[in-house]
Amino acid sequence: MGPHHPSTHGVLRVRLKLDGEIVRDADADIGYLHTGFEKSFEDKTYTQGITFSDRMDYLAPPINNVGFVSAVEKLTGVDVPPRAQAIRVIMMELARVSSHELWLGTTGLDLGVYSGFFYAWRDRDLALDLNEAYSGVRMMTSFTRVGGVAWDLPDGWLDQLQKFIDVMPARLDDFESMLTDNPIWHQRLKGVGVISAQDAIEAGVTGPVLRASGVNYDVRKAFPYCGYEQYDFEVPVGQNGDCYDRYRMRVAEMRQSLRILQQAVDNLPGGPWITSDRKVALPPRSELSKSMEAVIHQFRLVSEGFKGPVGDVYAFVESPRGELGFYLVSDGTNKPYRMKVRPPSFCNLQSLRKLVQGVLVADVIAIMGSLDFILGDCDR
Amino acid sequence: MSVNPTDTLVQRLGDRFKTAVQESSDFRGDLSVVIEPGALVDVARYLKAEEGFDYLLYATAVDWPARDPRFTVVWEVRSLAAKTRIRIKTTAAMPDPHVPSLTSVWTAANWHERETWDLFGIKFDGHPDLRRILMPPTWEGFPLRKDYVSFGEPVIFSDQKLEGLEPDAIRG
Repeated sequence: MGPHHPSTHGVLRVRLKLDGEIVRDADADIGYLHTGFEKSFEDKTYTQGITFSDRMDYLAPPINNVGFVSAVEKLTGVDVPPRAQAIRVIMMELARVSSHELWLGTTGLDLGVYSGFFYAWRDRDLALDLNEAYSGVRMMTSFTRVGGVAWDLPDGWLDQLQKFIDVMPARLDDFESMLTDNPIWHQRLKGVGVISAQDAIEAGVTGPVLRASGVNYDVRKAFPYCGYEQYDFEVPVGQNGDCYDRYRMRVAEMRQSLRILQQAVDNLPGGPWITSDRKVALPPRSELSKSMEAVIHQFRLVSEGFKGPVGDVYAFVESPRGELGFYLVSDGTNKPYRMKVRPPSFCNLQSLRKLVQGVLVADVIAIMGSLDFILGDCDR
Repeated sequence: MSVNPTDTLVQRLGDRFKTAVQESSDFRGDLSVVIEPGALVDVARYLKAEEGFDYLLYATAVDWPARDPRFTVVWEVRSLAAKTRIRIKTTAAMPDPHVPSLTSVWTAANWHERETWDLFGIKFDGHPDLRRILMPPTWEGFPLRKDYVSFGEPVIFSDQKLEGLEPDAIRG
């Protein structure tokens, strides 16, 4: 199956051992989108590396941006001002909604819900419009900087976001009325691709796939970052660990993301959006004409960046697909000595072999869809 | 803060495995231990069974060409219940770098160790399926080694000959 099968969303080849229509064994052949990002990180300064990070999981770039800089921040010990943290939370939750919307649309498409795709695309576009209005780019936002974010929110942006928050619940209801109680949707997903909590932990999966099996693990709750502990939200947990529960998890997560967004809009802190530590963050332009020191900082940051202490750290965030981690080894220079990414798609896809044994070929499509892997993230 | 169960973990490991625990460090709250390769599987079994580190996060390696042994191999595991992490490190030396595989303890290590073999050329003894995973099976070299050039391709100058290929043929 593959490498250009439409259900693989990216380029994935799965070698299936079949007995008629029954799958006996499967071997996922990945690496078609391997671009050597981990090697490339070693050649770029910490600030330059940000633009690589969002090209890995191209459906949730803001979350990759935050994951990357949080590793650097952990290494250097830089503080992030509250406003920057809130802006990061807003961008990450928008990314979560848009990624899950895309998942809904494409997985529906794989299973024959053609109309759903257009609804999902319409709604996802609203989130991309917000990305564009903030960063100028619809997908590859690269909006984080070490110690904060690159820009403050533009005028009128919060109103646009409020419209999005207001309109989305009804759109999700629409979507659910089409699928949640649909008998065909049930037949395709219920009881398919079941994985128990024990097996899910053993297989190393995270995110909605792990939670659908009944394990209450979400990085945002377990190890809060960017001030997630201040927001009131729930982590949906399933029971059956089948494809249908994974679908339910994602829809429920979108509703929780909207709750977080509303709270972030209501309580958005004022103040600076990037650290005042001139060793890692550029000075404001207004200072450049007045202060020689600012010019020196600007020159050093632009020409060679900043250095981190010797050591290794692991920082992680909750991506729509699970735990996205960055293991950063520093030798004291201005570039990562080694940057290992723990991509959730890679870890979740590893469980495919176990999940598809004994199912029908048609169910492989449903199972692959329910794992929600992104090959760019998986192959790096 | 309540008592952190990893506070005394290094000490417990040291009591049990003596000199096999070669080094330990706590940098920015990340706990790492360097374990002698021979004792690695036993330490891993102990960590999983007795200390509750049930979840493997990733495995990878770091190349230090000037050091001997040259490679540091890293596994990081988490206890979901206690919300703690520990990074297990060991070393592998040239010319034939190899370390024990931890797939028998955490099955999730399977792909991660394959990836480390693929990109660093470190063998994992006892791995059930050690094949390349990201690079094509025919690929030569190990891309994440520091002596592997990231960009560039061989260039043939007019006074050189590539086997079976005349210089003029390349210039077109």
